[in-house]
Amino acid sequence: MSKAVDSRTDRPESKIRFSTSWSYAPAPETAKATIAPRYDLFINGKFVTPAKGKYFATTNPANEKKLSEVGEASAEDVNKAVKAARSAYDKVWSKMPGKERGKYIYRIARILQERARELSIIESMDGGKPIRESRDVDIPLAAAHFFYYAGWADKLDYAFPGRTARPLGVAGQIIPWNFPLLMAAWKIAPALATGNTLVLKPAETTPLTAMKLAEVIRDADLPPGVVNIITGAGETGAALVNHPDIDKIAFTGSTEVGKAIQKALAPTRKHYSLELGGKAANIIFEDATIDQAVEGIINGIFFNQGHVCCAGSRLLVQESVYKTVIGKLQDRMETLVVGDPLDKNTDIGAINSKIQLEKINEYLEIGQKEGANLWQTSCDIPSSGYFCRPALFLNATQSHRITQEEIFGPVVAIQTFRTPAEAIEKANNTPYGLSGGVWTDKGSKIFKITTKIQAGVIWANTYNKFDPTSPFGGYKESGMGREGGLHGLAPYVELN
Amino acid sequence: MPLSAPSLPHSPTIDQVGVEERVERLQKRSIKKASKVHALKLALSMIDLTTLEGADSDGKVRQLCSKAKHLHDAMPDLPHVAAVCVYPTLVACAKQELTGTDIKIAAVATGFPSGQYPRSTKLADTRFAVEEGADEIDMVISRGHFLAGEYAYVFDEIAAIKDACGAAHLKVILETGELGTLDSVRKASDLAMHAGADFIKTSTGKVQPSATQPVTLVMLEAIRDFYQATGKKIGMKPAGGISTAKISLQYLVMLRETLGEDWLTPDLYRIGASRLANDILMQLMKERTGAYQSGDYFSKD
Repeated sequence: MSKAVDSRTDRPESKIRFSTSWSYAPAPETAKATIAPRYDLFINGKFVTPAKGKYFATTNPANEKKLSEVGEASAEDVNKAVKAARSAYDKVWSKMPGKERGKYIYRIARILQERARELSIIESMDGGKPIRESRDVDIPLAAAHFFYYAGWADKLDYAFPGRTARPLGVAGQIIPWNFPLLMAAWKIAPALATGNTLVLKPAETTPLTAMKLAEVIRDADLPPGVVNIITGAGETGAALVNHPDIDKIAFTGSTEVGKAIQKALAPTRKHYSLELGGKAANIIFEDATIDQAVEGIINGIFFNQGHVCCAGSRLLVQESVYKTVIGKLQDRMETLVVGDPLDKNTDIGAINSKIQLEKINEYLEIGQKEGANLWQTSCDIPSSGYFCRPALFLNATQSHRITQEEIFGPVVAIQTFRTPAEAIEKANNTPYGLSGGVWTDKGSKIFKITTKIQAGVIWANTYNKFDPTSPFGGYKESGMGREGGLHGLAPYVELN
Repeated sequence: MPLSAPSLPHSPTIDQVGVEERVERLQKRSIKKASKVHALKLALSMIDLTTLEGADSDGKVRQLCSKAKHLHDAMPDLPHVAAVCVYPTLVACAKQELTGTDIKIAAVATGFPSGQYPRSTKLADTRFAVEEGADEIDMVISRGHFLAGEYAYVFDEIAAIKDACGAAHLKVILETGELGTLDSVRKASDLAMHAGADFIKTSTGKVQPSATQPVTLVMLEAIRDFYQATGKKIGMKPAGGISTAKISLQYLVMLRETLGEDWLTPDLYRIGASRLANDILMQLMKERTGAYQSGDYFSKD
C-alpha cells in the first residue's frame, strides 16, 4: 500500500459537528449474485476457450479477493471474433429489416431490466462503485440506452432525412473500467440499431458485467456473431484496432491510448470515434443558489469515486463567495460515507484498482509539493481494499499539475476568479474539452457563459446528468464523435 | 432623507430542483437494526403530541397527557414525548396533568391557525397562554402581510410576541403551505430567526401541504447559516403529515446530515404529530419481538 498522505481535517469555516452519537448500522445489499468461477470468450454466439488457454483473475477492489477469472484473448481469438462478426454481418444482420433488428435490441433491454438487481451487485463487486449508483444509475441507464436505440432501428430514414444511412460493417469497441456495463450499452446499442456487427472488449479490471451481458445476448437469441465479447488487456485491444477486417473502432478511455489508436488508424480506411479524458471546470458564480451548487460540486467530483471522464475536477469559485462555498462544501463532504460498495449507505466506494489508487495518492503528494493545501474528510476507511478519503486542494493555481492533469479520483482542485471573463479563460485553458458546469440563478448568464466554454457537454445548475437522448462527447483532446441521441447514430453509418 | 438599511436580512435564493434531488438522495439512507432503534427512540422523545380540534375538551386533553406520560408501559426504556400541544384554553388542564414531569406544555396562539386578527388580540392570546402555564408558544406569522411584501410588519409582530412570551419559548409557524415557493420559505425563516424565534416550524397542520421534506431542508439550511453567522442555535419543528416511523427516520437523517450532533435533541428538534407515536411504538415492538402487533395493543388517544 502507498503511504498515507498528510491531511487537515479541521473546518475553520464551520461550527457544525458531524461525529454523531447516532451512526448508521451496516445495510448491505443481501441479494445473491451468481458469478461463475471462470468465463470464456463469447464468440459466434458461444462461450469458447481462448486459443492459448490463458486466463486472468478479476478481483474485488473492496477486499482484494479474486472474484472469477476470464479468458485472455490472443490475436488468434480476435481474428476468430472478427470473422464471426463479418460473417454475421454479410449473411444476416445487414440484410435484416430495421424493424426486426429493433426487436432483438428491445429484448436485450428488457432482460437487462429483469436482471437489474444481480447486475448492479456484480458491477459493484467487480468495480468498487457504491450499490446506490450501480442500482440507480449504471444499470437502469444501460437498459435505457438499449430501449432508446431499439426505437431508431427502423427509423433511420427519419434520422437522416433525404439520405440513405448504410451500416459500416464490423465495429471493434473498446471500453473503460469506470462504467463497465453502461459503456458497453453506449457502444453496442447504436451499432446494432444501425445494422453493424461488433466485437467488444471490456476493460481488464471489470470484465464481469460484460460477460453477464454476453449471457443476456445469448438468451435474447441474437443471431450468432452479431455481438462478440472478448476479454483481455492492452494487447488484445491493439490486435482488435489493427485487425484488417475491422471497419470502425469506437474507443472510450485515456487520451494517451486514444492518441495511439488515432496514430495506428491514420493510414487506414477505418472509421473511428474516441471519447477520452477530461478536466472539467465547474464554475460557481456569486449569484448561484449556493447550497444546491455545493450539492452539484459533490455530484460532480465524488460520483463514482471521481472515476468519471466528465467529472467536475476543477472547481472555479467567485472570490466573493469563496469562504461560504468552501465552508459548506467541507460540511457536506464530512457526511460522505466511504466504505463497502455493497452497503446501501455508501457514498464513495472502492478505488477501481491498486494502480489507480497509487496514481491518485501520487497526485495528492504532487499537489502538496506544488504548494496547494490538501484537505481530506475525517471519515474512517476500511483497512483492506483500495480506498481514498474524499479530497480537495485549496489554493490550487492554473500552473499546478493537479489543475492541468486528469487525476480520475475523488480529488477536486479549487481556484477562485473575479469576473466572468476570468472564469471563461480559466475554464478553457486546458487541452481537454469534454464537459463543464455553470452555477448561477440568472438565466441570461447561463446562456452567455455556456456558449463560450469549449466543451461537449455543459450542465447548468446541475451536474453529471445522463440521458440516452442526449449526445455526449468531447472537444479538443477529449475526443471526437458523439455517443447518445440522434448524433450517436452518425459514427456508425455512411450516408449516401 | 436618511439612508436606511434594507429591513430584510439578505436571504439566499433556492433552487427547487436541486433541493428535491438532495431530499431524494437523503431518503436513500438505509436505517437498520441498532441504528433504527436508537433513531426511533430519539424521534419519540422529540414528539410534540398534539390535539388541535374545535371539539377538544378537558377530558380529551387528560387522555392525551396520560399518553404523553405512558407511551407504552409494557415496553421498558422508552423516553417520554417532548411536549403536548394544545389550544390556550386547555393549557390549564394540561398543566394540572403534567405537573411533576419533564413534559413541556406548548400552546398555539396568536389567532391560530389563520392569524387574521389584530395584533392586540394576538398579544392577549399569547399572554393568556403563558399565564395559564404554557412553556412554549407556537405562533403563526401573518402570511397575508408577508406575501404582500410587508416584511417589517411581520418582523415587528414576531418581536412583539417574543416579548410577550417572557420566559416561554417561541416557535414561529411559517405555514409554508401558503408561502408558495422555497425562496419565500427561506426568507420567512431568516425573518423569524432574526426577529427572535427560538424555533421555526413549518405548519399549523390545518393547511395542505403541511410539512414536506424539501421545505424542512430549506429551513434546516437557514438555521445552519444563522448558526454559522451568529453562533445562536435555533430549533426546528416540522409539523403535520409525519405519520409513520419510516418518514420520521427520513426527517432525522436530514437533520443529522445538515445540522449534525448538536441538533439531535428535543431541545432543538421537535416533530408535531398526533398519530406518529403509535407507529413508532409498533416498529419498536417489532424490533424487540420480531413480529408486528395489532394496532389494538397500543392506546389510541
